[in-house]
Amino acid sequence: MRILIVEDDREAANYLVKALREAGHVVDHAADGETGHELASSAPFDVLVVDRMLPRRDGLSVISALRAEGNHTPVLVLSALGQVDDRVTGLRAGGDDYLPKPYAFSELLARVEALGRRPRQQDVETRYSVGDLTLDRLSHTVTRAGQDIPLQPREFRLLEYLMQNAGQVVTRTMLLEHVWEYHFDPQTNVIDVHVSRLRAKIDKDFDRPLLHTIRGAGYTIRDTGRDAGGDAGRPAS
Amino acid sequence: MTVLTTTARVFRTTAIKLALIYLAALTLASGAVLVYLSQNTATVLRDQIVETVDAEISGLADRYQVAGIRGLVATVDARSRRPGASLYLVTDFAANQLVGNIEELDDRVLAGESGELQRVVYTPIGGGAQRAALVRVFQLSGGFRLLVGRDLQEQQYFRSLLAEAMRFWLFVLAALGLVTWVFVSRRVLKRIDAMTATSRRIMSGDLAERLPVEGSGDEFDRLAIGLNTMLTRIESLMQGLKEVSDNIAHDLKTPLTRMRNRLEEALRQDAAGAGGGGPARMVLEQAIEDCDGLIRTFDALLRIARVEAGSSGASFAEFDAGVLVQEVAELYAPVVEDAGGVLESVAGEGLVLSANRELIVQALINLVENALKYARQDEGDAVRVELRALREGLDIVLAVSDDGPGIADADKERVQQRFVRLEESRSAPGSGLGLSLVAAVARLHGGRLELADGSPGLVARLRLPANREAGEAAGRG
Repeated sequence: MRILIVEDDREAANYLVKALREAGHVVDHAADGETGHELASSAPFDVLVVDRMLPRRDGLSVISALRAEGNHTPVLVLSALGQVDDRVTGLRAGGDDYLPKPYAFSELLARVEALGRRPRQQDVETRYSVGDLTLDRLSHTVTRAGQDIPLQPREFRLLEYLMQNAGQVVTRTMLLEHVWEYHFDPQTNVIDVHVSRLRAKIDKDFDRPLLHTIRGAGYTIRDTGRDAGGDAGRPAS
Repeated sequence: MTVLTTTARVFRTTAIKLALIYLAALTLASGAVLVYLSQNTATVLRDQIVETVDAEISGLADRYQVAGIRGLVATVDARSRRPGASLYLVTDFAANQLVGNIEELDDRVLAGESGELQRVVYTPIGGGAQRAALVRVFQLSGGFRLLVGRDLQEQQYFRSLLAEAMRFWLFVLAALGLVTWVFVSRRVLKRIDAMTATSRRIMSGDLAERLPVEGSGDEFDRLAIGLNTMLTRIESLMQGLKEVSDNIAHDLKTPLTRMRNRLEEALRQDAAGAGGGGPARMVLEQAIEDCDGLIRTFDALLRIARVEAGSSGASFAEFDAGVLVQEVAELYAPVVEDAGGVLESVAGEGLVLSANRELIVQALINLVENALKYARQDEGDAVRVELRALREGLDIVLAVSDDGPGIADADKERVQQRFVRLEESRSAPGSGLGLSLVAAVARLHGGRLELADGSPGLVARLRLPANREAGEAAGRG
């Protein structure tokens, strides 16, 4: 993926560039809003990571300007000292996702990758398949190896989100945001409990597990049987 | 505010007590003055009458001596015709009236000897109602009797005038007292109300607010100025404290984040190089976990500071608190069940709340996580947690109750402060900021956090005004 980082804090930017390159992405960096805007409009990027507080032009106005020009590259907004409503204003300005500082790099990587691979028109896909597991969004059914798996509505949404991002790491906060629409940092293992319940339903009676825990990052759903070699290269694991 | 409570409040004021006391004292004093005055006047009048009557009698007696009965009759006749209050009567030995301006009189009055002044009732010449008079009878030689007196109509009229004046004066006094009382109590009440409302706002977190000073220099102004000086001092102290803790949190967060990132980088390189699983990896992971814990604490501290600082920054939206409680219950039910406990939720319908949803969720989850964390006395104990959303008057209450050990009364206020943890060893995970945030969120919404005994266990109630404007108005009284 080609990623543009617009961030004025030199150290934070260096770290991000380095870490994202290590994760196998092509990364460009702009140190102020004006340069960021020029770079973003002159070359195609898969994802923009934009800090809110920037010299010369603030992050939100860069995003609004890009959107006004018809540039719909997904944007992850970073914010240092988030006010209570930072997330709302960030998303209203045209940002696609929001991450308050300080963030764990694994969290940022998961979000950037989810943004970059996000299908432009989500409703086109009505079925998701990972291995022999199939989720039908229209009939609200889940089958594995031809066997119907009954799920609670929330479990269905959890699986739906995981399968939407199949093969990618999904963090606990991402799950909480997209499945429950809560934005907070849980102190307890509340997400793990839900995931393990889902896992019991879709993986327990089958030979090959599809839902994997990625240590220190989150979860991913993928068919290891088919791309067993892909695992070692995962930077977040 | 209803009329009833206003009246009740007015009657409880010091002003009405003072007004009533003043009114009573004034009435007593002026009553005494009036009584004294009327008594004195009566004496003076009587003395005057005695003097005049005596003078006339001696004058007329002289006239009898000089001019005989004819002269006397002529003089008395002339005097009787003059207008005025003087009464005359001359009778012969057979008590026949010779001359005078008295039509009828009790015979016994004339029968006696020359005597003292006496009070009689007579009918004036020409008829009419009986009238009171003070008269004196004088025996002349030859069996003639001379009566000279004074009609008392005038005096009685004067008395009734005095009584009238007294009644009028009492009425004026009462009216004056009432007006004074209304004015004083209204003015005093108004200022007290203003002070109370301001102090409520100050208590709800707006430390920049000051008590109103009218500039008249009266005792209220002096009180307000004194309290305002105190508030300024408190505000600067609080500000200092807040700034210090916020700055510490902010300044330490940045290097902490960098440290965390470096550790993460080391972990990645370790994984890429050695294939993972070495002892260094475990150390690194633990270090990262510790960093995360610290960052979480600082985050919580900063979030509380932001919530406390900015009631204007938060955007409010309407949502159903009952649905929210059900959702949170659904999210946490599996966690409780896995621990062998039960989580139940009861939510009323149509509990529309105008609030910042994100903060309310955070507050509610803090309460639930607290219940999970502290209700279990021993590892493996089954907890029973209940979530409720209900309406209480104008408020919507989100309650989380557990069956744990609860919190002692003495600690209920203290535990809402930052970093206060009841577990003295501080060994269990947690920052002591959870309830502080809940309390701050409650205050931001014009509500409050109530901690009560569930016998057994703790009931944490997040009380929020359903309609924020109404809640504020109620809060300001």
